[in-house]
Amino acid sequence: MSSAVNTLPMPENVGESYLTKGKGVMSWLLTKDHKRIALLYLLSITFMSLLGGFFAALIRLELITPGGDLLSAESYNKTFTMHGVIMVFFILIPATPAVLGNFLMPIMIGARDLALPRINLLSWYIYVLGAAFTLFSMLSGGVDTGWTFYTPYSSTYANSAVITAALGAFISGFSSILTGLNFIVTVHKMRAPGMTWFRLPLFVWAHYATALVQILGTPVVAMTILLVALERLFGFSFFNPNTGGDPILFQHMFWFYSHPAVYIMILPAMGVISELVTCFSRKKVFGYSFIAMSSVSIAVIGFIIWGHHMYVSGQSVYAGMVFSILTFIVAIPSAVKVFNWTATLYKGSISYDAPMLYAFGFFGLFLIGGLTGLFCANVAVDLHIHDTYFIVAHFHYIMVGGAIMGYLGGLHFWWPKITGRTYPELAGRISAIFVFLGFNLTFFPQFLLGYLGMPRRYHAYPEEFQILNMMSSAGASVLAIGYTLPMIYFVWSLFAGPKASANPWGAKGLEWTIPSPPPLENFTEIPIVTEEAYAYAPEEAEEHEVKHHV
Amino acid sequence: MPKDLQLFPDSAATGAAGVDANYLYILAVSVFFAVGISLAILYFALRYKRKSEADVPKPIHGSIALELTWTIIPFLLAMTMFVGGAVVFFRNYQAPANSMEMFVVGKQWMWKIQHPSGVREINELHVPLNRPVKLTMTTEDVIHSFYIPAFRIKKDVVPGQYSTMWFEANKVGKYHLFCAEYCGTQHSGMIGSVYVMEEADYEAWLSGSVRGETMQQAGERLFNRLGCATCHKADNSGRGPTLVDLFGKPVKLQNGMSVIADEGYLRESVLKPSAKIVSGYAIEMPTFQGQISEEGLLQVISYIKSLSKSAQTAAPAPAAAPAPDAAKKGGN
Repeated sequence: MSSAVNTLPMPENVGESYLTKGKGVMSWLLTKDHKRIALLYLLSITFMSLLGGFFAALIRLELITPGGDLLSAESYNKTFTMHGVIMVFFILIPATPAVLGNFLMPIMIGARDLALPRINLLSWYIYVLGAAFTLFSMLSGGVDTGWTFYTPYSSTYANSAVITAALGAFISGFSSILTGLNFIVTVHKMRAPGMTWFRLPLFVWAHYATALVQILGTPVVAMTILLVALERLFGFSFFNPNTGGDPILFQHMFWFYSHPAVYIMILPAMGVISELVTCFSRKKVFGYSFIAMSSVSIAVIGFIIWGHHMYVSGQSVYAGMVFSILTFIVAIPSAVKVFNWTATLYKGSISYDAPMLYAFGFFGLFLIGGLTGLFCANVAVDLHIHDTYFIVAHFHYIMVGGAIMGYLGGLHFWWPKITGRTYPELAGRISAIFVFLGFNLTFFPQFLLGYLGMPRRYHAYPEEFQILNMMSSAGASVLAIGYTLPMIYFVWSLFAGPKASANPWGAKGLEWTIPSPPPLENFTEIPIVTEEAYAYAPEEAEEHEVKHHV
Repeated sequence: MPKDLQLFPDSAATGAAGVDANYLYILAVSVFFAVGISLAILYFALRYKRKSEADVPKPIHGSIALELTWTIIPFLLAMTMFVGGAVVFFRNYQAPANSMEMFVVGKQWMWKIQHPSGVREINELHVPLNRPVKLTMTTEDVIHSFYIPAFRIKKDVVPGQYSTMWFEANKVGKYHLFCAEYCGTQHSGMIGSVYVMEEADYEAWLSGSVRGETMQQAGERLFNRLGCATCHKADNSGRGPTLVDLFGKPVKLQNGMSVIADEGYLRESVLKPSAKIVSGYAIEMPTFQGQISEEGLLQVISYIKSLSKSAQTAAPAPAAAPAPDAAKKGGN
């Protein structure tokens, strides 16, 4: 264990909040405190999401009518490319790990910081640098390849700022790798005495599994992007068939990372949901080890199913079938999680606070997102729905519906801990309902559009698709209200919100044993852990149940 | 004003039923689980609503029996879905031997189609009813994807190689043809129509279309113009191997391996002659990269195919007496 770190001499003013200890801009920009770095991420990710949301709004406005009348075809293509690049690389991938994981993971395991605080700060600067490149590419004319950068379009044919945008994604990847590395080292070396692996909160397990994907997958996409840049800048030939390259090779390399990247987005959100469901039903999670191990198996199997993005790309028919069967298998651990969460509610004591409403919303959206994944895994159905709006709807349900619902639920849940202030509960519940309804209204019609055959990335479309597109655009405005509300009342609560107690939800977990907001050093004394996670009931009752159920 | 709301697509090919059957099966299972789980969550949320702040429910650790149940049953269901899809996918992959052949070349941003008879179309594809049609496709630039929603079928068209797909239309009408793989600025303009016509109407349409030479004839002309015939003679007396009776047969290579002489092999041998050298021959052939268009290549390959006896027996049935003024149901 990390006795060396944990027994360092205490700084002065022990117990002072991390928010007030150290003043001025430089104390933030040069901070090594995981909590402050989490807030730096929160600010930058929120800024990027406004930008990504702006592009989403443009897309939905354009698609209200079948003709391409609002934007030119070229601007429309640049709009959805920037929407995808920003949302995937700068929001969905970092959001939960870099903000909530960064803030909470060390506290949850009883540590004073991440194992590598300077690396943690570095990862934020790398993120900012990557974002700067991407924004620069936008200002210098934009990029129109789609976030997937498919070759040979991106490497040879596109006349836009491909290099800068791709470098932005390339650079931000290192931020992700460093965060993952830091989390793995921290979980291995920094756990407080008594915090055994199977006492870890499931949030920590989920982040551990995520970190494995981050450090094993991200280097591959970095290499891929580098090869595209080399081909574009210096005429190397990796993916250009006219000079002996293979465009399909790019797709293999790209999806080898970009499929597991979906699990980088959804696993941490699943970790959040495990915390919310237990706290708001006041109950030990049902099947702890099954949920923990399902995270790990999703991370592992997730690496061998990338070919399901390529059923119609011309890979061999047998490869398609192998990837299909593996994809069906990866659905099982996700199903196991949902069943266990549902069982956790059984005979619980359930309250409907805003974070729990977000968790209920997560169930609804993740169920639809996960089940529609079965359609995509099926090689026959995919012949028809591949590259249509069905796919667009499916991945938004998982990557936005699931992942962002979890992220927002977590943000509400830990907001009092992070800021020391409480947000207005009613407004929180209203926003959760708006997000849920708006999301379904926006994306459910897109499943129908996709099965009718509307291809994705279409600037103009045949008239018969208009009604469903109008519904989708109408839903997007409801969704926008749902996403904007928290920004308003969270900012308000910083100044005028009532002070939060150390444990406003009556939750279990080490983060609720320290003041809100936490002191700079988290724990004045390193805790000794003596119980399992989610021990909401007294010990005796638990012992009794153990005999019955295990 | 927008057209009426439609919820399920038209279906106009024999392959569509298999795709729809898979879709409906998965839909049924999904609805069952989605409704079941949602109802359970809703019921628990209402039934076990917190009554007092002092509530401390008894913990339940878990249950191995339940875990096994909800692992194994979904697993078995998932496997039935896999098998259902694989069967249709495999059928879709194997074009019937008597398929009528057509050739597609994609380019930013249009579809160029050649019929064996020499008729060419752009962004339109006319096909006869109840005849399997096999498309051999490539592209001059980036990746495109040939997609006919009413047939429930699409296939990426990749530069540097041939992709194939087949279908058998079973309902007369006009259907959408889309490019499904993002290909640049006018991607959403790379669309067209597929016309499914009664056999007689199709023949009438063919005979009414401007037609020069057939693909074979055009290929033969190219074959002679590019000087292929100087080395590839009717017997093995030339500097290159003979191409008579070559198509579809195994070819022994210098490195001891053997390949089937299919479209992809012929294409590669024209553009990169040194990639696969026939056993007993030297690398003398120059590359024709840049000297022949994708469409020209397809014509030359058509010609080479016509040199083998097996291809002649499988050639499309000759036109039935064309009636120039026959009703053109499919539109033209």
